[in-house]
Amino acid sequence: MEFTFFIEGGNFSKAGTASSEVKKILKQLNVDAKIIKRTVVSLYEAEVNVVAHAFEGNMIVEIFPDKIVVRIEDKGPGIPDIDKAMEKGFSTATPKVREMGFGAGMGLPNIKKNSDQMNISSTVNVGTQLEIVNYLK
Amino acid sequence: MVKVADVVDKLNAQVICGKDDLNQDIHFGFASDLMSDVLTLDTDNMLLITGMNNLQTIRTSEMSDISYILFVRDKKVSQEMKDLACENNITLIECSYSMFKTCSVLCEMGLEPVY
Repeated sequence: MEFTFFIEGGNFSKAGTASSEVKKILKQLNVDAKIIKRTVVSLYEAEVNVVAHAFEGNMIVEIFPDKIVVRIEDKGPGIPDIDKAMEKGFSTATPKVREMGFGAGMGLPNIKKNSDQMNISSTVNVGTQLEIVNYLK
Repeated sequence: MVKVADVVDKLNAQVICGKDDLNQDIHFGFASDLMSDVLTLDTDNMLLITGMNNLQTIRTSEMSDISYILFVRDKKVSQEMKDLACENNITLIECSYSMFKTCSVLCEMGLEPVY
């Protein structure tokens, strides 16, 4: 099964709609509640990152019998130093993002915590690709 | 453990949606305006106490399986927030007390901290 969701940069009223759809699909598939929670928390963090930092992006979700693989690819400023971005507390978020309750520099570390595998690559002024893999069993 | 109905009563609060859940018991409480902090928790049966009244508070709760949100400092829930909460079976409560006063009352009632 494969699904693709579009993510609009800057539109906070829609932030979370893609993750919400994935949650509904995983529930319908009777995936364990703890695995659903870990997965959708990672996806939501990633989705908020796209809304907060990029122009637009896509969330491509592939569901296999034993795992879920999600790629979040955006067009945006990219991340110049990924190691730095992975540090807890490091953030380049705007005041607007902080007003929404985010931008504390905890997104990427929390995605790592809530996923079985996480791969990230980025090109400055092009965009960022994030892959999250969670095993369903 | 505290009953949702007792929380509402003690805090002179208003239930905005989820009136069917008033007989439920809640074990834990977590107070934060920072949704990034809320997203790091993996606690079940928890009341989120917050003054952050926007759509992302509801989204954060949806992703984190939080079924009860208490808005403090007289923050009002928008129609959009209410609609999203109802869709996800999240109970919303508004109260006019400060976060500090709210937490002290809830602590005295027996609501436990997450950590």
